[in-house]
Amino acid sequence: MEPAAQDCHQPIVQIKDVSFHYRDQQVIKDLNFTIKERDFVGIVGSNGAGKTTLLRMIVGLLPAAEGTIELFGQPIRKFQDWERIGYVPQKNAFNPLFPATVREVVMSGLYNRKKMFRRLSRLDHQKCEDALEVMRIQDIADKRIGALSGGQQQRVFLARALINRPDLLILDEPTIGIDAETQAGFFELITHMHAHHHMTFLMVTHDLDMVKDYLGESPVSQNGKIQFFVRHSHEIENCVEVDLQHSLV
Amino acid sequence: MLDILLSDFFQRALIGGVLIGITAPLIGIFLVLRRLSMIGDTLSHVTIAGVALGFLIEVYPLAAGLVFAVLASFAIEKLRKAYKSYAELSIAIIMSGGVALASLFFTLGMGYNTDVMSYLFGSIYTLDSTDIYMVGGVTVVVIAVVVMFFKEFFLLSFEEDAASVSGLPVKWMNMIITVLTALVVSTAIKIVGALLVSALLTIPVAISLLLARSFRSSIVLSVIISEIAVIGGLMLAGVFNLAPGATIVLLLISLLIITLVGKKGFTT
Repeated sequence: MEPAAQDCHQPIVQIKDVSFHYRDQQVIKDLNFTIKERDFVGIVGSNGAGKTTLLRMIVGLLPAAEGTIELFGQPIRKFQDWERIGYVPQKNAFNPLFPATVREVVMSGLYNRKKMFRRLSRLDHQKCEDALEVMRIQDIADKRIGALSGGQQQRVFLARALINRPDLLILDEPTIGIDAETQAGFFELITHMHAHHHMTFLMVTHDLDMVKDYLGESPVSQNGKIQFFVRHSHEIENCVEVDLQHSLV
Repeated sequence: MLDILLSDFFQRALIGGVLIGITAPLIGIFLVLRRLSMIGDTLSHVTIAGVALGFLIEVYPLAAGLVFAVLASFAIEKLRKAYKSYAELSIAIIMSGGVALASLFFTLGMGYNTDVMSYLFGSIYTLDSTDIYMVGGVTVVVIAVVVMFFKEFFLLSFEEDAASVSGLPVKWMNMIITVLTALVVSTAIKIVGALLVSALLTIPVAISLLLARSFRSSIVLSVIISEIAVIGGLMLAGVFNLAPGATIVLLLISLLIITLVGKKGFTT
């Protein structure tokens, strides 16, 4: 288990006594859960288990009926640092006939409240080119998003989520509707990113098989039909390494 | 033939038409992409109610129509929130409310029926200088707001959840688009008529969606298509003595058919 006394990683998401119900149906009851810096959390459950509801509450799209949620130590209602969060939506969250190129979609990762009324700078364009390069999608940058395969589309959304170099990356059923081989490749990519970059991951999925190799066979906790699988930050770096990073910064 | 094209009333019609030819697809693209194509139709029916009231109480009809359209746009947003899963319900309710009010005002002021008819089917040749100033003002406002919020409107239309997660004020931006739609619709009805206004909002966009690869190019293309239809339609109507609003819309539909056929020819 997590050695709390010596853990030097800061809490990124804190869920305290959160409950949610749709009319008479209780979906989440008295949920308490903390995601710390560099954790990789898998929220797993079948359709209708409430995992997307929970995700929507964490990013402020739905208010919790009871309890509180904090992001980076701030109550969700007051939270403003949205560029610290990268968000990869479900594949079916957008209209495939939308007339947008890969570059336009990746660039939209920069459009947040702080950028309102501001023109995009040369640095912003460079960030976009870097994100395209990291995801190896430069060669399809001028193609229409709807013309790509499911796997390519998910790389585009991952590039959009990474353009701000976020501290927290949220993935909502990122591999739904994608063939098994591409799914495995995509999961390998994000676990590689988790191991090598200073980022916290929160992934919602219905596919237990995909996560258990990386996050372990058994959940660390459960609420209703939702299970939480975690690869803790201290499993990939210790506090000496964290102190060293801080001193270098 | 040239006499008509050079006449004052035709020149005013051309100026008004060219301005609406810019604003209608500029707003229309955000409506089409957010699956709200019918909102233009709804607001135009409500505008007619305002126009009828304007005649009844002797206020500049287009201004009364504009106020009605803006109020209706607020009501649509409120109803959309009340019936989240049934966005089209708000459109149906407000449209029938607009038609009901319009017919009520029609019957209260029997004497002006012919004037109101010109707003139903458009009467671009009767544009006066006040109308031109109003269309011009709306054009400036629409272009300024779209340029100012271009990237935010893009994200809102592409994926509303991502816009929320980016901290954008989604509620306010939805409201701004709806109010701009009300402005465009209420000024466009004198040009193509309330019954045809949604054609100008949606058909140029429908054509551009078939041809454009990027968002930016689909906006530019929809404005070009709209201008071809407005200018071409006015010329044809002037020369052959046809109803201008109807000619513009039928020209747009012809362009859509040609594009569909041409695209099929290329892809098969």
